[in-house]
Amino acid sequence: MSRTGLILGAVLTLLFTGAAILSLVWVPYDIEAMRIAERMQPPGAAHPLGTDHFGRDILSMIMVGARTSIAVALVAVGIGMGLGVPLGLLAAARRGGWLDEIIMRGNDLIFAFPSLLIAVMITAVFGAGAVNAIIAIGIFNIPVFARLARGAALSLWTRDFVLAARVAGKGRLRISAEHILPNLANLLIVQGTIQFSLGILAEAGLSYVGLGAQPPIPSWGRMLADSQTMISMAPHMALFPGLAILLTVLGLNLMGDGLRDWLDPRLRRDAR
Amino acid sequence: MKVLAMTALVGAMTFVAPVAQAKSDLVVGLQLEPPHLDPTSAAAGAIDQVLYANVFEGLTRFGPDGSVNPGLAESWDISDDGRVYTFHLRKGVTFHDGSALDAGDVVFTLDRARAEDSQNAQKALFAGIESVEALDDLTARVTLAQPDGGFLFNMAWGDAVIVAPESIESIKQSPVGTGAFRFKGWVQGDRITLERNPDYWGEAARLDSATFKFISDPTAAFAAVMAEDVQAFPFYPAPENLPQFEADPRFQVLVGSTEGETILAMNNALPPLDNPMVRRAVAHAIDRKAIMEGAMFGLGTAIGTHFAPHHPDYVDLMYLSDYDPELSRQLLAEAGMAEGFTTTLKLPPPSYARRGGEIVAAQLRNVGIETEITNLEWAQWLEEVFRGKDFGLTIVSHTEPMDIGIYARPEYYFQYDSPDFQALNAALSTETDPEKRSELLVQMQTRIAEDHVNAYLFQLAVPTVADARLRGLWADAPTQATDLTGVYWEE
Repeated sequence: MSRTGLILGAVLTLLFTGAAILSLVWVPYDIEAMRIAERMQPPGAAHPLGTDHFGRDILSMIMVGARTSIAVALVAVGIGMGLGVPLGLLAAARRGGWLDEIIMRGNDLIFAFPSLLIAVMITAVFGAGAVNAIIAIGIFNIPVFARLARGAALSLWTRDFVLAARVAGKGRLRISAEHILPNLANLLIVQGTIQFSLGILAEAGLSYVGLGAQPPIPSWGRMLADSQTMISMAPHMALFPGLAILLTVLGLNLMGDGLRDWLDPRLRRDAR
Repeated sequence: MKVLAMTALVGAMTFVAPVAQAKSDLVVGLQLEPPHLDPTSAAAGAIDQVLYANVFEGLTRFGPDGSVNPGLAESWDISDDGRVYTFHLRKGVTFHDGSALDAGDVVFTLDRARAEDSQNAQKALFAGIESVEALDDLTARVTLAQPDGGFLFNMAWGDAVIVAPESIESIKQSPVGTGAFRFKGWVQGDRITLERNPDYWGEAARLDSATFKFISDPTAAFAAVMAEDVQAFPFYPAPENLPQFEADPRFQVLVGSTEGETILAMNNALPPLDNPMVRRAVAHAIDRKAIMEGAMFGLGTAIGTHFAPHHPDYVDLMYLSDYDPELSRQLLAEAGMAEGFTTTLKLPPPSYARRGGEIVAAQLRNVGIETEITNLEWAQWLEEVFRGKDFGLTIVSHTEPMDIGIYARPEYYFQYDSPDFQALNAALSTETDPEKRSELLVQMQTRIAEDHVNAYLFQLAVPTVADARLRGLWADAPTQATDLTGVYWEE
């Protein structure tokens, strides 16, 4: 059962990642050239997904848009993981100390705000654009990873192999890096996949309100926003970017769930 | 039981409908909400859009075709040297608070507008006035420093409407004018309500009440019109929806001309755009047709200079900036920019700017000019571009009538500083001979087109979507106004 989800999720994810990578070397049409005469054509032989209000090929736009979405989400999750995990490990290593308090209360502070609201705030202050969107999405990923890392690390700290390492005279930071972190890898991969899908959703949301990647860089969210007033005339303009967002996020979520079941030894034992 | 009750109710409703009286109220949708309600102290066109002709009136007023007609002044005499205007006010005009209109109000209004500390957004309209005096209750004399052929036109602007000293304190929240409608209420962020003024001096309005509802989002505007929540929407923001309204018998679509010269403004003080050759290259890189088609779905009239094509003195100067990317590249090379350059393109919210901007960026990229697009809200645009002059390129529509004079102001946001043009403008302001005036206007248009101060795109067309039964709406927009005084429902 979970295998099916995992495979379906992986296929969808590969499809969109593949499209994004392919767009680096080839797209059916140049997405920067505007052919006004060919605008709003329904899906057909020349344009499999139709054209938008500037006559640009929607398939090409979605392929390049996949690149934007994936790049923004990937870097943002990278920021969240890169800062959040060390912070969480540090907090666990100094459990109950003032450092633990400061780190975790700081995380609570970020957590207290709805994530998209922080993103809107950051892009409003520093200006709209892909880079600021990355930073914004990255920041609200930090507490997710910090909490996860701390929680899991705390239970690992009580295990015998950690005790052995302590007896051997290893420092707390070294134990965190050498013994705790490798045991967290599975969890982090699973959470990373889920956060990645949320990142794509957040990027689409920010672009939709005009705070994400700026034109001419294509973005799924902005394609949706652009098609809004034309939805009754050219529904395909909204349908395909919408489907792209839906399928990518669905794929990543299925893959995340599947990976968790597959990687987590306890769940696997239960399943049998 | 329930079914029975429902049928009874439906029966009652169908019975009541034919008896209902002819409609006498109107909900007008507008995209922008006024910041406050004093047309004489703000640049925001949204104020005039609600209040001009409805609540406030001037000595003269614009007609639906842009002509200047008598307003509160019934007639006027002009001295032979063209410097002294004697206005004869109408009898029996009262403000909405009951006070009578007299020449003192005219003196107050004009003195307030031209005062040193005046907040008027168009002080230039009043700059030529030397003195204003009340000869008697209904006669006001205005003396100009120099003869000014455009003075009656100036007095028709929304910035020159007559206000009373008694009500000036609270004008920003509760405007008191002399018009056929009086102000009833303002729910900020939502709507402004006007009601018929029973004591109006002229022909009374046929509508009992009018509500202006503010809907900024084009999608919401579409939904509101479709659902008939609003019965008229001037300056309808999504031209792509017009064919749908035209095909629907419930609606009428009026497409009229405006005074809005839509331009790709260039910062004439910012290198490399300070080089006329580079500006010429930009102008030749632009394909107006594609922009009008792509951004406005074909609405609009192409222009080659900053002048309205429906004006008799307009000259077609588009040949100076034909679409010619090859020439554009050549000009860039001659200017030492063979590699092209990068500049900013800052865009306010309307679709002509946002969509037009994307097309402009693609066309400029084609000749090697890279643009960084930034989308701005109006407040930010006014702050950064208009006041801060921090931009390379921007797209905006100049909706004021006969505003070529802005090119004589070197501090104006695009910062064009040409003594030649300033001399022409000075000559125009004192010239009263119609023939010489039009000659000067032609020279002015040609001068700015030859200098390629900005790239001139198209004259904005104004689409109004309205209920098919509504009559008397203005199709054209000679000034920013939604004149409801002659609007009625056809029975």
